[in-house]
Amino acid sequence: MRWFRADMHIHTVLSPCGGLDMSPINIVQQATRKKLDIIAISDHNSTRHCRITQQIGEKYGISVIAGAELNTKEEIHCLAFFEDIEKADLFQQIIDQNLVSIPNKPEIFGYQLMVDEEENIIGEETRLLVSSLQMGIDELSLCVNQLGGLFIPAHINRLHNGIYSQLGFMPSGLMADALEITRRPGYETFLKEHPETAGFCLITNSDAHTLNQIGETVTEFYIEGPCFIEIREALRNENGRKVRTL
Amino acid sequence: MTIENVINELDLQVFAGVNKTGRQVKGAYVSDLLSDVMGKAREGELWITMQTHKNIIAVASLKDLSAILIVNGGLPEEETIAAAEQEGVILLGTGDRSFSTCGKLYKMMERDALV
Repeated sequence: MRWFRADMHIHTVLSPCGGLDMSPINIVQQATRKKLDIIAISDHNSTRHCRITQQIGEKYGISVIAGAELNTKEEIHCLAFFEDIEKADLFQQIIDQNLVSIPNKPEIFGYQLMVDEEENIIGEETRLLVSSLQMGIDELSLCVNQLGGLFIPAHINRLHNGIYSQLGFMPSGLMADALEITRRPGYETFLKEHPETAGFCLITNSDAHTLNQIGETVTEFYIEGPCFIEIREALRNENGRKVRTL
Repeated sequence: MTIENVINELDLQVFAGVNKTGRQVKGAYVSDLLSDVMGKAREGELWITMQTHKNIIAVASLKDLSAILIVNGGLPEEETIAAAEQEGVILLGTGDRSFSTCGKLYKMMERDALV
């Protein structure tokens, strides 16, 4: 086993706020330059760029985990990761049934584009992806769990769209595989002021919306290989697998 | 002005705390961010929100709010109702939107010199 470098929170050009140069090929190439072993694709309420990014990742030797950054009914952002693209596809159906349907206005929110390996535009998501799902955080975590996925409340110390800003405090019995903390000033104080966070595995990521942000913040996994099952064991601190944030 | 007066006048649904509605209302606060309610709402106020997560009960209990009123026809989760019964929090609902609910409530409170 060795330490693998991971950035588990990256938006593509499919997210309205994702830069236009955030194509799957550019992201994978930048991950290579940043010496990352693992990246996760986490667009707002969509998994539709995971498959192509995984395919490109295979050619470059980068492990790409399929995921999404979901927006719950309470407007809490949560990361969800899936073992394979089939599970992500099943979850996409749940997203499609539950996304509050508001047409995107690209001139205000940004373009939501799907591209191929050569960066040709092959589709556009017309529903605004930053709107919320009609599912509360508890229901959503259960749903991800039932598909064998990982559920991780995102940027818990941010002043908006974090679990603390929306719900005031950590709900009892939350089914979370980890918590994502943002490396912003005061994050260590935040953790001290919320001692219940010590009961969870913590990860840190870039939440990259532009190419230069990829890999700026990483999490390292001490695992056998860069795959979903190994990462899950690391988050659970099982079989000698472990996690460290840098 | 009691919670019961508000229930009758605004024709509200009672999800929990049906035997506690004699409680006095001292004012109202409107917000959907629980962290904000924890900071700003005052004891005895009626809290108007569209949030239905069970954490709203703990917030109402912590701030000793007179009741929670869920707007937009929102339905609280089963756990939320159970927590309300356990904590003795009055949990109400209306199909009306926040603005019209607040308007009606404000008129009632003007009459009772609460605002």
